[in-house]
Amino acid sequence: MSVSTGAAWIDKSASGMAKYNIFRSVNWGRLGVIAVPALWLGVFFFIPFLVVFKISLSESAIAIPPYTAIFEWDLEEAYATFKLNLGNYFYLIEDDFYLDAYINSVKIAAVSTFFALIVGFPVAYLIARSKPSTRVVLLALVILPFWTSFLLRVYAWMGFLKKNGVVNEFLLSIGIIDQPLVMLQTDFAVYIGIVYTYLPFMILPLYTALEKMDLTLLEAAEDLGARPLQSFFMITLPLAVPGIIAGCILVFIPAVGEFVIPALLGGSDTLMIGRVLWDEFFLNRDWPMASAVAIVMLVVLVLPIMLIRNAQGKEEAHS
Amino acid sequence: MTLSQHSELHTSSKTNSVEIPLWKQEGAEPFLKIENVTKKFGEFTAVDNISLDIYKNELFCLLGGSGSGKSTLLRILAGFESASSGRILIDGIDMAGVQPWNRPVNMMFQSYALFPHLTVADNIAFGLKREGVARSEVKQRVDQMLDMVQLGHLGKRKPNQLSGGQRQRVALARSLIKRPKLLLLDEPLGALDKKLREETQFELINIQEQLGVTFVVVTHDQEEAMTLATRIGVMNNGVIVQTAEPHLVYEYPNSRFVAEFVGSVNLFEGQIIEDLPDSVRIRSKEAGAEFFVNHGISCAPNQTVHMAIRPEKIKISRNKPEQANNWIEGVIEDIAYMGSLSVFKVRLASGKDVRVTQPNFVRDMGARFTWHDKVYLSWQIDSSVVLTS
Repeated sequence: MSVSTGAAWIDKSASGMAKYNIFRSVNWGRLGVIAVPALWLGVFFFIPFLVVFKISLSESAIAIPPYTAIFEWDLEEAYATFKLNLGNYFYLIEDDFYLDAYINSVKIAAVSTFFALIVGFPVAYLIARSKPSTRVVLLALVILPFWTSFLLRVYAWMGFLKKNGVVNEFLLSIGIIDQPLVMLQTDFAVYIGIVYTYLPFMILPLYTALEKMDLTLLEAAEDLGARPLQSFFMITLPLAVPGIIAGCILVFIPAVGEFVIPALLGGSDTLMIGRVLWDEFFLNRDWPMASAVAIVMLVVLVLPIMLIRNAQGKEEAHS
Repeated sequence: MTLSQHSELHTSSKTNSVEIPLWKQEGAEPFLKIENVTKKFGEFTAVDNISLDIYKNELFCLLGGSGSGKSTLLRILAGFESASSGRILIDGIDMAGVQPWNRPVNMMFQSYALFPHLTVADNIAFGLKREGVARSEVKQRVDQMLDMVQLGHLGKRKPNQLSGGQRQRVALARSLIKRPKLLLLDEPLGALDKKLREETQFELINIQEQLGVTFVVVTHDQEEAMTLATRIGVMNNGVIVQTAEPHLVYEYPNSRFVAEFVGSVNLFEGQIIEDLPDSVRIRSKEAGAEFFVNHGISCAPNQTVHMAIRPEKIKISRNKPEQANNWIEGVIEDIAYMGSLSVFKVRLASGKDVRVTQPNFVRDMGARFTWHDKVYLSWQIDSSVVLTS
């Protein structure tokens, strides 16, 4: 290195600042790595989202595609029209049907998420605390259902829950009940279906959180006078919170918009937003309304979750 | 406080005490009594029939390499492992079946095991809160502990915002707040750098003397054991091979293992020629000389023994020593300059290498001795010891 004076160095960094920043501080390698997923998300998520948003602001029409254009211009007549239709959104608020569907979806998703957590936590705990060789097998078992078609598995549940299904037959045969229970086409069946389907998404993040926990922390807690149950609630559970949040989000979000499970296992009165969306789109062929329903769902669900994640990220950065 | 003040405090408090240490008193009641404790993991015996008495206010060091069983013994004392056989009595109470959370024992973990989601103050308060101590008292005692470990201003931080030395103090405060009868420390200074370690070890001794808690320290670092301990138990293969005060372990090791594990040593194999009233005469083929050693052990003529001499007890000179015996000659093979001292590797005629250290009492030791110099090595009759095992 050359022996440069302090003054020369200051001079260079001050006057050449702008140029320096643009050409030197851009890390092209890092940018390249980020660019690929960013491009993917842009093309396959953000642009379609804008398209849906655009459709939600138009009017339903008997045409192909079945909605009116927002921006039209006619060169011969020399006019341009720009028509935004907010009617779909007003209609969403006016009609209780949609509000009920949203509330019911969130309720069903929340209850299912809670039960998925109750069932998933012990499973994740068991896997995280077992020998490494056993762990591989148990994790494979958790993922194994994904190898069968999702639709097939939901149909299998119909076989279990129907009037003369496996569960009723069994309970009748051992004499616990004398009338078959009505389970299929109830909210109960929907809960079972959602918890069953999304359980792996709960177990895996929980397992990750529990597995990386330092077990000497539990010994330290016991050494300081905490009984095993106390150590669990004071140490294990707080340290698993990131996994709990991740698992709950992974179960809750798809459960809210779930369509197949309520359609197959739920009754006609099981009102969920996914079914409303389907009906608007395929039965009423009202694309703008369906798009408005989708946009509102996104805003209602994603914004709070993003805020939670953001707060969590700040908390982590702070500590 | 500076390092030197600490060390002065420490030495003065030790030399001033005219009391005879408990372990030298006939019939003194041990505070911690380990009786024939054995721990087996399947076929492997980690702790092999250890019996050990540790007295009140002692700072006892279990010194050994990895796999020597020292950590297993510590975990048995804490209650994390149960002994396959044998008994442990703390203050006269049998610990069999007593769960870790009910023992009057606390432990400072090697990794510190601080709870990452709790603040420093909450970490320290953890043990007291489990006892159901009143909130105001918890706060007062936590503040007291924070002051003692000089972290008064950091109570609200999380452990990952602390330096290694600060974490070590938090771990110490947390393990002491319940005023345990016995504190177990697993490599307490192992994760600190050298300078911090020197400062901290004197602080540890001060705290121990201040609180009057009995400490059992596990370490693989013989220097740490030397400075901390009132007594050292040297462990090897699940057995305590020697239990003695630090200077005795160093100056009078009872076996070749201890001599070589604690510090470095030169060993000469030889035969007893003569058992004189105040010394023995040994002939060593390796050294090509005869030695006199006055630290005798009962031995028979012709018995094969090892004479052990520490590198710093050997005088290196160019001129033939005036003393009649206890000297050998060799050639300097290698010199390592280490700042405060120089280490010489001297090769004897038999091909055996002898390690000699000399303090660098003049600035230019290198000018005095250099490679391939012919030198004489000599020592006093009371510098070496004879080892039969």
